[in-house]
Amino acid sequence: MGHSRLIELSVGLFVAAGMAALFMLAMQVSNLSNNISGDTYAITAAFENIGGLKVRSPVTVSGVRVGRVDAIDYDSRAFEAVVTLSIDSRYNSFPEDTSASIFTSGLLGEQYIALEPGGSETNLTEGDRVQLTQSALVIEQLVGQFLYNQAGKQQ
Amino acid sequence: MILDPLQLLGRKGLGFFGRLGRGHLFLMQTLAGVPALVLRPGLVIKQLYSVGVLTLLIILVSGLFVGMVLGLQGYNTLVDFGAEESLGVVVALSLVRELGPVVSALLFAGRAGSALTAEIGLMKATEQLSGMEMMAVDPMRRIVAPRFVAGFISMPLLAAIFSIVGVYGGYFVGVGLLGIDDGAFWSQMQAKVDLSDDVYNGVIKSFVFGFVAVWIAVFEGYDAVPTSEGVSRATTRTVVHTALAVLGLDFVLTALMFGD
Repeated sequence: MGHSRLIELSVGLFVAAGMAALFMLAMQVSNLSNNISGDTYAITAAFENIGGLKVRSPVTVSGVRVGRVDAIDYDSRAFEAVVTLSIDSRYNSFPEDTSASIFTSGLLGEQYIALEPGGSETNLTEGDRVQLTQSALVIEQLVGQFLYNQAGKQQ
Repeated sequence: MILDPLQLLGRKGLGFFGRLGRGHLFLMQTLAGVPALVLRPGLVIKQLYSVGVLTLLIILVSGLFVGMVLGLQGYNTLVDFGAEESLGVVVALSLVRELGPVVSALLFAGRAGSALTAEIGLMKATEQLSGMEMMAVDPMRRIVAPRFVAGFISMPLLAAIFSIVGVYGGYFVGVGLLGIDDGAFWSQMQAKVDLSDDVYNGVIKSFVFGFVAVWIAVFEGYDAVPTSEGVSRATTRTVVHTALAVLGLDFVLTALMFGD
């Protein structure tokens, strides 16, 4: 009887350890714990070119992550990409003339949206559109422009 | 007896397809025996001990060392690009997506699968299985089904333990020995490892590998030629076939999950 108790106990510990490992994989290793959950509000911004921006890319202000990219659509009448940002509702005081730019973290890192607050008295609320936007820098275009300028100088 | 090559080829071919068919029919019979286990959970618990708990040690030690090697190798590669802060991502993604499920399935085949085959094969060789049938006890339900269920349950748990121990092994080498920033290690990992894309797909992989590994193990045992040589051959086949099946399936699953 004592032997079978021991077996049951060790099996119980084994299953508990396995479950704990799965739980830790979810909480500690993956992005579950820093998902922005709970209350958010959505604002949109239109860009000429979003480069390599993806859904779930971070949205930052002064380097602090305040939200993420919720959806990316193409407006075929304005020929622009329309990006929906969902912002944590703790950060609800961005002036109307806030600008949005697409930057790259590091030289080859992922792309993210940086918001820069303006000076207006009224704040952005659910459904508003950011008016001032700056598109992503596309390396090929930059290189192309550079070569074009160089060629112009030489003549 | 000298067979002409064509005859030999035909016999091999028939043997192969015959085994393939027997294997699938055997799987159906095993699955049919599974629901009855609800009434006898003790049988499964006993097998969970010998299949799962006894495999735990090799999983823990291997996981730790695999994680430490990943940490060391990843660091040496990444430091050239000044990206050694991404070590956490490298270690976690390789473990969760690939090495956790695959290596623990290979270890599982070596440690638990071979034991299952030898046990069932010897039961057959010593006519214990036919003895059970004489007593109107169905060996599929009494012997095969509990082992099958225990293996299917253990594999995902073992793979998860392997991954998490490996992540801490990589953490120990990266942060403890090589001096990467503690916060950067975890935060980069948490930013890049996705719960549904990476962790859930890894768990699905380990379920599939567990199913295949334990199926091959019990089938080889049940199908073994009932002599000592037959049992030893069956045990070897279990390890070889499981390794081939797991690595082949891993490619297919990876292509389906991450191949977009």
